[in-house]
Amino acid sequence: MECQFGITGKGYTILASDQNAARSIVKMKGDQDKIMELTQHLAMAYNGESGDTTNFAEYIEANLKLYAIRHHIQLRPRAASAWIRTELANSLRSRHPYQVNLILGGYDLPTSTPALYWVDYLGTLAQVPYAAHGYGAFFCLSTLDRYHRPDMELDEGLELLKRCINELKTRFIVDLGTWKVKVVDRDGTREVTL
Amino acid sequence: MSIMEYNGGSVIAMKGKNCVAIATDTRLGSQALTVACNFDKVFPVTEKTYIGLAGLATDVDTLKAKFRYRMKIYEMKEERTMEPETFAHLVSSTLYERRFGPYFVEPVIAGISSKDEPFIAGADLIGCLNFAKDVVVAGTASDKLFGMAEGLWEPDMNEEQLFECISQSLLGALERDALSGWGAVVRVITPTKVIERRLKARMD
Repeated sequence: MECQFGITGKGYTILASDQNAARSIVKMKGDQDKIMELTQHLAMAYNGESGDTTNFAEYIEANLKLYAIRHHIQLRPRAASAWIRTELANSLRSRHPYQVNLILGGYDLPTSTPALYWVDYLGTLAQVPYAAHGYGAFFCLSTLDRYHRPDMELDEGLELLKRCINELKTRFIVDLGTWKVKVVDRDGTREVTL
Repeated sequence: MSIMEYNGGSVIAMKGKNCVAIATDTRLGSQALTVACNFDKVFPVTEKTYIGLAGLATDVDTLKAKFRYRMKIYEMKEERTMEPETFAHLVSSTLYERRFGPYFVEPVIAGISSKDEPFIAGADLIGCLNFAKDVVVAGTASDKLFGMAEGLWEPDMNEEQLFECISQSLLGALERDALSGWGAVVRVITPTKVIERRLKARMD
């Protein structure tokens, strides 16, 4: 029942995630942060099997930090997405595959463009202007198809995100509670309140 | 639902007179949900040889990397470009290596040899090669592609005729397949150049 969104616009990428940590019918926590800040200009919203998710996210974060220490430069979003995809693809045919789906959102400094990647647990990678994981995808991708423009300003992007969240409030049977929203742009990653 | 149909997508290659063409749709889906419309399944391995991989998208990307690696090592060692037929055998052995835990892809290869002869080949997911003289198809719309190609293909077509033929075959088949579509890319390969064209197709 987890849900995540990613939206790109003019010079930014928005990542949004629900904050539920649930087991079957019980909501154990309503303020879980499911968006990991990997580097200054790259963040990753994750969902999937509990345990696998944080384990994988921390592994990725640690390795990207190590790359930056070794090479004195941050890995760019496209390169990071390719490496993360390979980690998941290798895990798929191992003894215990990671069951983690991701939305990678970042800002590519050299080209000054936002970057957004949809990654699933099989190691499928797609570069997209907007993305969604979970049931939210079925409800909101068409909303995003209709109202998204590549040159949207940040406030318009956040309005579009609000539209998606409202769509779920109206039509999704589960009340997803509060949402964590983070924005990645030239100045780095920051949290915003809707 | 079969694992080969999970992401959707189709590829076709055709042989002409001194030219070959390879075409693909650009849909990436998760069963019925469409995730992206820019997933190009065809990529170059040499200047004049292209491979298209239909099937599970993660394996498409994994094999793209594997073939790129094998090709670069070959070119470093041999100091020459690999022939398309040799590459087809490389694809076959790479897939058969995983006979009892295969990559879920069906490759389609199209290229021009160093003697300027056109070459196409296809394989199944465990590497059984098919050296067709006319058309090779793969993916969720493969049956429809066979049907379209059977009606439209004729031997010794020139570049323009081959482009028309492969484009119409692809478009016709894509319109009938729910899991393929959302854009199409056609590449016509001749001894002197490669022309890539994006087709205006139904985006559904």
